[in-house]
Amino acid sequence: MTPTDRIHRTVDVLVIGAGPAGLAVAARLAAAGVERVEVLDREQRAGGIPRHCHHTGFGLRDLRRMMTGPDYARHHIAAAVRAGAVLRTGVTATGWAAPRTVDLTGPAGLERITATAVVLATGARERPRSARLVPGTRPAGVLTTGQLQQAVHLHGQDVGRRAVIVGAEPVSYSAVATLRQAGAEVVAMVTDQPRHQTHPARHLGTRLRHGFPLVTDATVTELTGSGRLESLRLRHRDGRTAAVGCDTVVFTGDWIPDHELARSAGIALDPGTRGPAADAEFRTGQPGVFAVGNLLHPVETADIAALDGRCAAGPVLRHLAGRPWAPGPLPVRVEAPLLWVWPNRVAPHGPPPPRGRLILRTAGFLTRPVLTVSQDGRTLHRGRLPRTVAPNRPCHLSADWIDRADAHGGPVRITAG
Amino acid sequence: MTVTTTGDLPDEVYDVAIVGAGVVGTAIARELARYRLRIALVEASDDVGNGTSKANTAILHTGFDATPGTLESRLVREGYQLLTAYAAETGIPLEPLGALLVAWDAEQLAALPALAEKAARNGYDRTSILDADAVRAREPHLGPGVLGALDVPGESIICPWTTTLAYATQAVRAGVALHLNCPAGAITTDAHHHQIATPRGLLRTRHLVNAAGLYSDEINRRLGHREFTVTPRRGQLIVFDKFARGLVDHILLPVPTALGKGVLVAPTVYGNVMLGPTAEDLDDKTATGSSADGLASLREKGARIMPRLLEEEVTAVYAGLRAATEHGDYQIHADPDRRYVAVGGIRSTGLTASMAIAAHVAGLLADCGLDLGPEREIEPVRMPTIGEAFPRPYQRADLIAADPAYGTVVCHCERVTRGEIRDALTATVPPASLDGLRRRTRALGGRCQGFFCGAAVRAQFEEATTAEDRTEARR
Repeated sequence: MTPTDRIHRTVDVLVIGAGPAGLAVAARLAAAGVERVEVLDREQRAGGIPRHCHHTGFGLRDLRRMMTGPDYARHHIAAAVRAGAVLRTGVTATGWAAPRTVDLTGPAGLERITATAVVLATGARERPRSARLVPGTRPAGVLTTGQLQQAVHLHGQDVGRRAVIVGAEPVSYSAVATLRQAGAEVVAMVTDQPRHQTHPARHLGTRLRHGFPLVTDATVTELTGSGRLESLRLRHRDGRTAAVGCDTVVFTGDWIPDHELARSAGIALDPGTRGPAADAEFRTGQPGVFAVGNLLHPVETADIAALDGRCAAGPVLRHLAGRPWAPGPLPVRVEAPLLWVWPNRVAPHGPPPPRGRLILRTAGFLTRPVLTVSQDGRTLHRGRLPRTVAPNRPCHLSADWIDRADAHGGPVRITAG
Repeated sequence: MTVTTTGDLPDEVYDVAIVGAGVVGTAIARELARYRLRIALVEASDDVGNGTSKANTAILHTGFDATPGTLESRLVREGYQLLTAYAAETGIPLEPLGALLVAWDAEQLAALPALAEKAARNGYDRTSILDADAVRAREPHLGPGVLGALDVPGESIICPWTTTLAYATQAVRAGVALHLNCPAGAITTDAHHHQIATPRGLLRTRHLVNAAGLYSDEINRRLGHREFTVTPRRGQLIVFDKFARGLVDHILLPVPTALGKGVLVAPTVYGNVMLGPTAEDLDDKTATGSSADGLASLREKGARIMPRLLEEEVTAVYAGLRAATEHGDYQIHADPDRRYVAVGGIRSTGLTASMAIAAHVAGLLADCGLDLGPEREIEPVRMPTIGEAFPRPYQRADLIAADPAYGTVVCHCERVTRGEIRDALTATVPPASLDGLRRRTRALGGRCQGFFCGAAVRAQFEEATTAEDRTEARR
């Protein structure tokens, strides 16, 4: 055998990523009678991020019940396998040999799989300290929530005694719970926003149980410590600075899609989400390549990702049946303070996006903003949102204006005022 | 093979003790291992290459821009040839990309002919001057305003971590005793011996080599010498994501000015792109942190050199301290009376010059009365492939077929396999920390910085190190 020998195979649908989105689309497709549906995951166990989220709250929207993350992961794994999808773990997609042909590495060797449809469901990750350009030394004890949860829930590792959490969005509160379970004290939660961005009840409950300060309008300006983290320095928006002693810091949120495979295929990314630009039918710019879940919207809850997977089955089936590849022709762009929107390509008179709405994110709090959708100077929609919009939280825009757009016109713009 | 990390030092009198296991100290140890000598290499920290050497700009220099006639000029030129050959033999990642010194204004453009001439005086005659169109054809993503460049085809990128580790591995296998966690304290010298106090007991040696980098001036003073003072010069670096690699094909150097060599943009052998370094003279030899001002100034300079680079994600931020002195040249001095050689003032060119410095120091030790005896062949080493220019284990069906652990990817961003991590943990010079493991395998060094793999890599590391502790305890 030469160093590059690969086993070649073909399948009908290759799903990359066995998290909620990937498992849900595979289950639907297999149940619909697609013969060869294969789901790959590079982790040793399927299930995606919920595997290590030991809190409850999973499954409400897609399964109409409340489960813990691991239970939720098990449910989706079982459903995909029961429907007839082939599930393989410990196998990494390392690149593309041709469009819809993926190279793989696993303990059994090197493979090359060609599929009629490829569904990318590679999810998202939190930006680490380095990408956030937080200066200082490089001590141990600097984590993201993903690493923290795996350390505690999958490996039972020690994570330090005194922790600071950077971020005050839902995932930040999950980090609190994990730290407490690991026996660490949370000494502060720090956000650059004027207030937290989770459900008030959740914030209050966490504060009542754990009693740490929430430092708002503040950023981390330096980490210090040689070997282990010793303290971090904060700067408030008004210029005040403070040092906080701690041996652990968890950088939470600030999600970026894990877009490596998409980007290495030459698939155009949306400038806002940094995930593949995709339409309401989950079609990317590359014929036969779909994208689902938090690769498209970093980050929505696991059940929204799973619902994406369910919705994507229809378009994948239509592609398998030979429908020409014609993704939504109109790019949708947002303007500051909006950060991103998905779907970010739309097709007038096409099927509406999942649940009939677009998902948006904003950089700051907006009190009952007016959202305006326009194309080539023509207003397609204008409406006031009923509530305050918070950063790091979803906000929705009804999709009923899409049919009013001109399929041959310029990009659609969304502004908030 | 001897590597110690704890406990009393062996009761032995060495022929030569080398203080400092950076790229220079390990190179000297490897060079001396070619003779039948009892050699100790002592290092204050828990790993080799753990000071200045680990935060190098990772460029193998031709020496084209050295000051002609200096020791540095000669040793860089010789070291370039030696290390190029050694890298091919041992598998140290090296890519001969070539450098472009890019001129952004008329003054810089006018300086290029003199630089070409200086290169020739340094024995390097392969430079040529490119006009703006030729530069843009080679590097289309450079920012606006390029007027021309000096092409230096021999400049290369190299892996500084593997280089130090290869030297140390080969030296240890050839009989050098490596003592880690062993900072050198007071030194007493009599007619025959040096006695170096360490927290792990006295180290006795006939000859002493000071390769202590940032602390080489302090050791030098303990031997009664005051030729140089080390002023740490901090260099901060930003490492961009692998997706930036397609933007850059050469090492992009600024035209040097009176203020120093300036900020460069260069690919790394791991497939990233590096921006830096800053040059800040400090008085604290432990100030290896990055600063907001430093990073802002790098981003500002980077935005002019290559605007698109700044749109890519940042994978890592580093800061290192170079051992600058008040002199313009290396400070390598022998004191035959005391059987002592100081190797100070080795700046960022030290990586390139390391093997030539080692040969030079061996000669000085002979001048100091050390009987080297006959040379002998030492066993060659082959280092793990962590560069992108050659197939890595995850790409090799033959390796995976022989051992499926090379098909189990643990660190997904860098595609490091369980087999490679296991090999590093059982190597001749194993890592003492996750940081050390990262330098040997790249595990944890990728874009997610541990979001996906941090806990799994740590678990494998701890499993191996606690198993080792249990073995130690049984002994």
